[in-house]
Amino acid sequence: MMKKKFGSLVLVGSVMMSLLFSACTSGGGTTNAGSTSGGSDNSGSTATVAEAPSSGTIKVGVVNNPPSESGYREANVKDMESVFSAANGYELKTAYSLKNDEQLQAAQGFITEGVDYLLISAAETTGWDEVLKKAQEAGIKVYLFDRMIDVDESLYEAAVVSDMSAEGDTAVQWLLDQDLPEYNVIHIQGAMGSDAQIGRTGALDAQFASGKMNKVVQQTATWDEAEAKKIVESVINSGDSFNVIYAENDGMAKGAVAALDEAGITHGVDGDVIVMGFDCNKWALRELLAGKWNYDGQCSPFQAQIISDIIQGKRTVTEKKIINEEKGFDAKSLTQSDIDTYGLGE
Amino acid sequence: MKSKFKKIFKGGLGQLTIPIIAICLLVIFNLIRDPSFFSIAIQHNNDGNIVLAGNLISIINGASELAVLAMGMTLVTAACGGQDISVGAMAAIAGSAFVKVLKSASVINAPIVILGFLMACLVAMIFASFNGTLVAVFKIQPMIATLILYTCGRSIAYWINGGATPTVSSPIITGIGSFIPGIPVPTPVLIVIAVAIIFKLVFHFTSLELFTQSVGINGSAARLNGINSTFIKLLSFIILGLCVAVAGTIGVSRLGLINHETLLLDVEMDTILAVAIGGNSLGGGKFKISGSIIGAYVIQMLTITLYAMKVSSTDVKAYKAVVIILLVVIGSPVIKAKFQKLMTNLKNRKPKVSVKGAD
Repeated sequence: MMKKKFGSLVLVGSVMMSLLFSACTSGGGTTNAGSTSGGSDNSGSTATVAEAPSSGTIKVGVVNNPPSESGYREANVKDMESVFSAANGYELKTAYSLKNDEQLQAAQGFITEGVDYLLISAAETTGWDEVLKKAQEAGIKVYLFDRMIDVDESLYEAAVVSDMSAEGDTAVQWLLDQDLPEYNVIHIQGAMGSDAQIGRTGALDAQFASGKMNKVVQQTATWDEAEAKKIVESVINSGDSFNVIYAENDGMAKGAVAALDEAGITHGVDGDVIVMGFDCNKWALRELLAGKWNYDGQCSPFQAQIISDIIQGKRTVTEKKIINEEKGFDAKSLTQSDIDTYGLGE
Repeated sequence: MKSKFKKIFKGGLGQLTIPIIAICLLVIFNLIRDPSFFSIAIQHNNDGNIVLAGNLISIINGASELAVLAMGMTLVTAACGGQDISVGAMAAIAGSAFVKVLKSASVINAPIVILGFLMACLVAMIFASFNGTLVAVFKIQPMIATLILYTCGRSIAYWINGGATPTVSSPIITGIGSFIPGIPVPTPVLIVIAVAIIFKLVFHFTSLELFTQSVGINGSAARLNGINSTFIKLLSFIILGLCVAVAGTIGVSRLGLINHETLLLDVEMDTILAVAIGGNSLGGGKFKISGSIIGAYVIQMLTITLYAMKVSSTDVKAYKAVVIILLVVIGSPVIKAKFQKLMTNLKNRKPKVSVKGAD
């Protein structure tokens, strides 16, 4: 009997542990990365709130997704940390979570702490009304970056975002400029419903609809490299001919290329199949430079400088939605310095 | 008549009936749909090697990680009567450890790759013993115990390397993940065969199989007979850990890249399914590793068939679910008993009819 009781206690304990653990994993990034930017610990910093604004530094609270989310986010977080550094006259507080409610709490925390500016890349587009209103009442200026939120425009100063459908347009325009006799496209999509997928799919879908390009297959690999390889493998096995692979991120393009390599199909600048990817990871751009891929579309994670310029009055906001300019790189014109400037990761 | 059906269900193929019938059905379905599905081509790949290609190769190659994991999972299932749901996350950790070692070296050569693999094994064994200790020593339900690593494993994998998708490229890695020059069979397939042989040898030369079964059937009885059931359970997790390290290494080597978020994502569910389709009781006890391996190929064959039919990959999971429900229900003891009863009734009715006719 005793044993049984102990067993159930341990069970409850372990469930609690696992809950704690899971909270730690999403919040864990917070303490880790946050420590470099000076304690994001709520209880510790409330005491310093009252006299803080007089110190001359601009206090910025950033609510973001954790850097572990993707190479994009990693670069995004690094960019925020380097632009809003103490050397540039900022005091940066950060909170990272993939969960909207945790993000909301963090934002709430920053408001009570009394930051001057609140920067948000929301996990979900909804549920932010209350918090943003509170921020407005407290006189805190809100900037959105990377992702839009479903709220009234008056609740934020500006939103610096990528235009995913422009990324798709740029890529498809580049493809049309190649002037191929015919376009037989394998289209590998990202996680269905994500901004990046919808934007990058739209332009290509228009070409399929107009008949200018033929859809060999259109499948989602949900950003999974191995899945992308399987999709391309099944097309090769079925014997359908194709001359373009349009993958909605670099990882999936790499998976597709692995399938081509195993089947002995040439690809890249002098190859039979055109390979297109997105995101501009450094390793992907190096594939371009080596002529193994043809095109990589940028998805710029660098919004911090624009926001900093607005805060310091170097840039005026004419329209609240500011589109972050993004490029597309052609293997033929890519240079090493492009890789150093625009490449993400290592 | 009766003995014939009995043979199918009890003797002969035994628990392998269902997975083998499933494979046969899939083969017949594909033969009707498109006989060229099974064509195997011999061609040169871009490295200039002669390799085999075709849907069949895609199936046995693509199921490699799943097959290796299913072998280990069978053992855990048999010993503990529960499943480890953290294998995907653990594979991400093991793969990250592998990549970490490779990236720390200036040149990737054979000793470094071996060192990396050993490191992956070590790390996976440590995490597996963590799971194993919770289950074997603290008697926590396996699914609850492994839920911890299931939730935080991929974050740990991220901490190991930092970057989101670190890449490694070397001919050796390509050799492990796709083809070794001169051998037309994909290397992962060879690895599966090697792992299966190791299992066979271990079972042949040790009493592990017998001990695992007796612990699974009745732990206390096994203990009274002098079997250390705690140790056997722990051991089953550690062996699964080694399988996870192998699967993680294959997964990383396929593309020379690790994405800690997507590497072997959701593989734990497919692994458990493979064990179930293989006719193993998920409540522990008697088991057949070969059943789980066939189960893994059934799942992969189903996926590749659906892809070949150009079913949208968002729908694939739903179709897979339908087929799996059928398989599991047909394989359930209730249906089996009903079926056998039906057969006996049919057999018993015959003499009755003849008696009536005589009247």
